[in-house]
Amino acid sequence: MSIKLGDSPYHKRVQEGIDNDFMRGAVSSAQGRFRSGKAKAEEDLGDWEAWRNLGEEIRTHTIEHLDYYLHQLSEQVSKRGGHVYFATDADDANQYVQDVVQKQDSKKVVKSKSMVTEEIGLNEALEQSGCDVVETDLGEWILQVDEDPPSHIVTPALHKNKEQIRETLHTRKGYDETDDPQEMAQFAREQLRKEFLSADIGITGCNFAVAESGAVTLVTNEGNARLVTSLPKTQITVMGMERLVPTWEELDVMVSLLTRAAVGQKMTSYVTSVIGSKLADEIDGPEEFHLVIVDNGRSNILGTEFQSALHCIRCAACINACPVYRHVGGHSYNSIYPGPIGAVLTPLLDGYEDHKDLPYASSLCAACTEACPVKIPLHEHLIRHREIIVEREKQTPASERLLMKGFGKWSASPKLYNFTTSMAKKVLKPWSDNGKLSHGPGPLKAWTRQRDFPVPSSQSFRNWYKHRDKAERRNI
Amino acid sequence: MHVSLFITCVCDTFYPNVGKDTVEVLEDLGCEVDFPEQQTCCGQPAYNSGYVSDAKQGMKHMMDAFAQSNYVVGPSGSCVAMLREYAHIFKDDPEWKCKATELAEKTYELSEFIVDVLGVEDVAAVFPGTATYHSSCHMTRLLGIKEAPFTLLQHVKGLTMAPLPDAEDCCGFGGTFAVKNAAISEQMVQEKCAHVHETSADYLIGADMGCLMNIDGQLSRSDSPVEVLHIASVLNQRTT
Repeated sequence: MSIKLGDSPYHKRVQEGIDNDFMRGAVSSAQGRFRSGKAKAEEDLGDWEAWRNLGEEIRTHTIEHLDYYLHQLSEQVSKRGGHVYFATDADDANQYVQDVVQKQDSKKVVKSKSMVTEEIGLNEALEQSGCDVVETDLGEWILQVDEDPPSHIVTPALHKNKEQIRETLHTRKGYDETDDPQEMAQFAREQLRKEFLSADIGITGCNFAVAESGAVTLVTNEGNARLVTSLPKTQITVMGMERLVPTWEELDVMVSLLTRAAVGQKMTSYVTSVIGSKLADEIDGPEEFHLVIVDNGRSNILGTEFQSALHCIRCAACINACPVYRHVGGHSYNSIYPGPIGAVLTPLLDGYEDHKDLPYASSLCAACTEACPVKIPLHEHLIRHREIIVEREKQTPASERLLMKGFGKWSASPKLYNFTTSMAKKVLKPWSDNGKLSHGPGPLKAWTRQRDFPVPSSQSFRNWYKHRDKAERRNI
Repeated sequence: MHVSLFITCVCDTFYPNVGKDTVEVLEDLGCEVDFPEQQTCCGQPAYNSGYVSDAKQGMKHMMDAFAQSNYVVGPSGSCVAMLREYAHIFKDDPEWKCKATELAEKTYELSEFIVDVLGVEDVAAVFPGTATYHSSCHMTRLLGIKEAPFTLLQHVKGLTMAPLPDAEDCCGFGGTFAVKNAAISEQMVQEKCAHVHETSADYLIGADMGCLMNIDGQLSRSDSPVEVLHIASVLNQRTT
């Protein structure tokens, strides 16, 4: 996989999402649970706005001094015997990991959940070099077994129900029991335990690296990341270059925000911090540790008006708050990063050409901005993307460009404005029916597919005002 | 107090009664209302679609149109939010920066103006019936006006308010979004209307005719008996 999921056109994907009743039911109820959980967790924490401000401050500071903290992190990891590699792009990162795997003649890799490895297509790269890669996060494992991409950055298999999962396990893994979630989870545990015990290398993502200590922190509910970091002899952690905090103190704040914003939990079942390879007097931990820090387009965002997109901590609060996501689901975005943050990040990392529809997949309701625990102005970024698509990339239809040019002139000329306002009723008369338009021309065609449109009033407000009898005024 | 009405192009063209009600409510509260005739549209359809240069032409015109006003009051949270945003849009333009900031600072949404500036919570309106209220996104999230309309409505005699489930969710209007992404917009407005019907209210009240035009379009298409009203029209009801 890479950032882009496939080649199917935007409107087709959206319609497929809308037509997928099951997925929409699942997404809608999950959003409801996440949102009420988040609201409760915010309330319990106290002054949520103060916490958000602190989160924003920490992220802003860290990204503004990214070079300093990356250097510090790298020094600390090296000091503890770890290997650090700065990868400029996906191929570079994949090649490094492939080299480590080949050098050790490894045949099996177990992985904990990681969006950045999805972004760079690491699994495919390793499989191509003959390595068996096993996802150990339950949702990711189900998707891997089913060869289906994630549709959500925190709960990747959100779009599947238990019947579908049972069917997948039955066909692909010979599972014969019921669709009871506990029974299926038990089956997954048995399958995965074998994999853990026979893997040579464990690959993890990274929620936050702590620069002052070189620790990599993983936030999970299943404990699988703990096994990935303790059983195999070699651990490789792949992190996006922005995923770090200066000290343990900031980690405390960021994890507090992350678990609450993501799933409404005060704390996840596991928060694992691991530092480098194991020392002589330590019992467990990897003998060899590699930290791969991935740029893949991120440094191009630094110093631009989109810099705050790098503040994202991948909690998916914006996705859970988004009404568009609710109706179309994650796959409609055709990006490994769906929802509002996906619509902001995807064109930045993978260009406008393939993703020019994403910034428009929003009503600009700003529910995303309001939900974000680190106050990324997501809806403003979407508007800025649109401006770039229109004014720099020139990728909008000619008819729309003409219409907007006309709009500019119209809105700057009261004469033109008055003329069209007074003519509107007459122009739309052929389509008027019983005081409304039930099928309209031009852009109104799309509006009136399932909605009526009002007929312009026979007298505009300004006309009424102009001829208003002064005596009519109540107080004058 | 001298107030200039910012009518919004939607109300000017489609809903002049909302403008009349706004004028009358403000006059009843002792305001002297004028209507700067040079005003047109706030530019939001173009700005939010990415046509910033095109939008700026009208925006500059609007700054001039309201240059003499003390207060600018509009019956739309979204259009008022656009006028406030001018300060940000023109922040690097030495010629227009001051005018943009000036306009942003003196512009208010109607319910906000009545409660926060005039300090009035009860406008002596009488309106018997059960209603629910649509909190429009730009009004609540961009302007941060969450209480003012409810404060005013709770003082309306005879009016019972029924809470709208998932009230914070967008109705799917989003300006050009409703046309460019009609398929998604339709799903959003259908969901909103389903919530309106869950309340069993007779009226849906709102403070943004863009959103209300969208919701009303869906209610009308499905022959719903629910009547859509702008808050100004409710506040201007005096007798039964």
